[in-house]
Amino acid sequence: MEEFIILVFLSSGLFLGWSLGANDAANVFGAAVGTKMIKFRTAAIIGSIFVILGAVISGAGASHTLGKLGAVNTLPGAFTVALSAGFTVFWMTRLKLPVSTSQAIVGAIIGWNLFTGNQTDMNSLVKIVLTWIICPLLSAGFSLVFYYIIRFSMKRASIHMIRQDAITRSLLILAGAFGAYSLGANNIANVMGVFIPVSPFGGISFAGGIKLNGVQMLFLLGGLAISAGIITYSKRVMLTISNGIFKLSPITAFIVVLSSSLVLFLFASQGLKDWLITHGLPSLPLVPVSSSQAVVGAVLGIGIAKSARNIDYRIMGRISSGWVMTPIAAGLLSFFLLFVMQNLFLQSV
Amino acid sequence: MGFLFKQSAAIESEIDTMLDDITQAALLFHAGVKEYLAGESIAFSERLERVSTIESKVDQSRRDIRNKLYRKMLIPESRGDVLSLLENIDNVVDRTKEVLTEFDVEHPIFPQNLLSNLIKLSEASMNAMENTVLASRAFFKEVYLVQEFVNKTFFYEHEADTIEATIKKEIFSEASTLELAERIQLKRFVEHLASISDEAESVCERISVAAIKRTI
Repeated sequence: MEEFIILVFLSSGLFLGWSLGANDAANVFGAAVGTKMIKFRTAAIIGSIFVILGAVISGAGASHTLGKLGAVNTLPGAFTVALSAGFTVFWMTRLKLPVSTSQAIVGAIIGWNLFTGNQTDMNSLVKIVLTWIICPLLSAGFSLVFYYIIRFSMKRASIHMIRQDAITRSLLILAGAFGAYSLGANNIANVMGVFIPVSPFGGISFAGGIKLNGVQMLFLLGGLAISAGIITYSKRVMLTISNGIFKLSPITAFIVVLSSSLVLFLFASQGLKDWLITHGLPSLPLVPVSSSQAVVGAVLGIGIAKSARNIDYRIMGRISSGWVMTPIAAGLLSFFLLFVMQNLFLQSV
Repeated sequence: MGFLFKQSAAIESEIDTMLDDITQAALLFHAGVKEYLAGESIAFSERLERVSTIESKVDQSRRDIRNKLYRKMLIPESRGDVLSLLENIDNVVDRTKEVLTEFDVEHPIFPQNLLSNLIKLSEASMNAMENTVLASRAFFKEVYLVQEFVNKTFFYEHEADTIEATIKKEIFSEASTLELAERIQLKRFVEHLASISDEAESVCERISVAAIKRTI
């Protein structure tokens, strides 16, 4: 019975994971599938596998920051927070508004802090909000640099169009795998982060000496939920994303995926952070960021490189408004649902 | 992935062969016109036969490439442009065959004073066609060079227009002793010769636009 209740409470996180898979996989494979360079089935299989790997192997880093923002300490509370974020993502997606799971969960946690009277760690909040600003800018910078490098290399290499097509397909698959890994690593914190303090799982060992600790088990479950979202619902989003703020060619799509994935990875990988610090290089805080914002930044970078001729600033403005609306909507919803949970269902949140 | 690269190499080679054949057709066309004007009818007939063979081969190559591009779902973004390019450049080859066939059927007789300009006209058309092939090759491999060949094609097309006008004026000059029917027939043949460069120009217009789309 207890396991069933735990699963019921985890279901909101799984729903959030499903929403994330349905929406954000399009950021990784959308342009490739939309331009018919990769079949949806291939994208879904690769995306699912690598998102789980990223979540389980590199998912811990960004979760710590989210935990510091507000350590939701009861299972019903975590359920409500994740449900609020998940519902906000789902609802805004239905309304065709741009939405970020990272911002939804942060808004929902702040809603929990406000409801329970916990102090919001301003340090963490500032770090997270600054990251939201840096993320698209960094992504734009990467895509600008990659754009010039690739354009220069293409000019030097003189590759036949047909061969270039084969190379681009391979690169899109590799970048997609990296993107899915980074998405899992960075965004699993959004899906399962609030459940870490109340995780019901212990460690487990698999054949072949693979061991997963309790948190990794939680992340595996979240990764599976994201995969389910990719397989069941992301196709529609992928097919429409290629008509977004800027018409992407397969090569620019590769640059966008590579740049945004690199940003997600930079904000997720503890190993990379340690390596950068060891070598005296500047490192970034491990924070869950929005893959949509990273993609928008990367697309903007390409737009700047191409003298910003074809950017649809109206859609850009709409996306930016979504970035402000998401945390506010999730925060308000979280506050309201916590009230319902506490007073109607008599659960400690 | 290895299969994909192997398949790409095969189609690349087919496109290259098709473009080689088109260059060959341009050279044969000019040689054929020169031989016709020199009265070497046997050599001319051989040229016409070879142009016909090449025209059929180019048609077949175009169909094969089209089928493979669709069946293997290759270059989804540029497929439309590539197929339209191949179809249009194929039309240029068709035109060379049609023009030589017209010569073979009607046997027009040109006055001596027109011959050197007629050869120049045929040469300008051949050059326009050759540069169209070069522009096409560049489109596939070195897209930044496309404009250079497109400009050359435009130059030769303009040359052809100028020579065409000069010849027509000579045909219809008062000094000419030709009958009106002969004048009209010769004028038509001059237009036939110039039409090759016009077709080449129209292909280059398309390549030019497609190349802009191809630059990343």
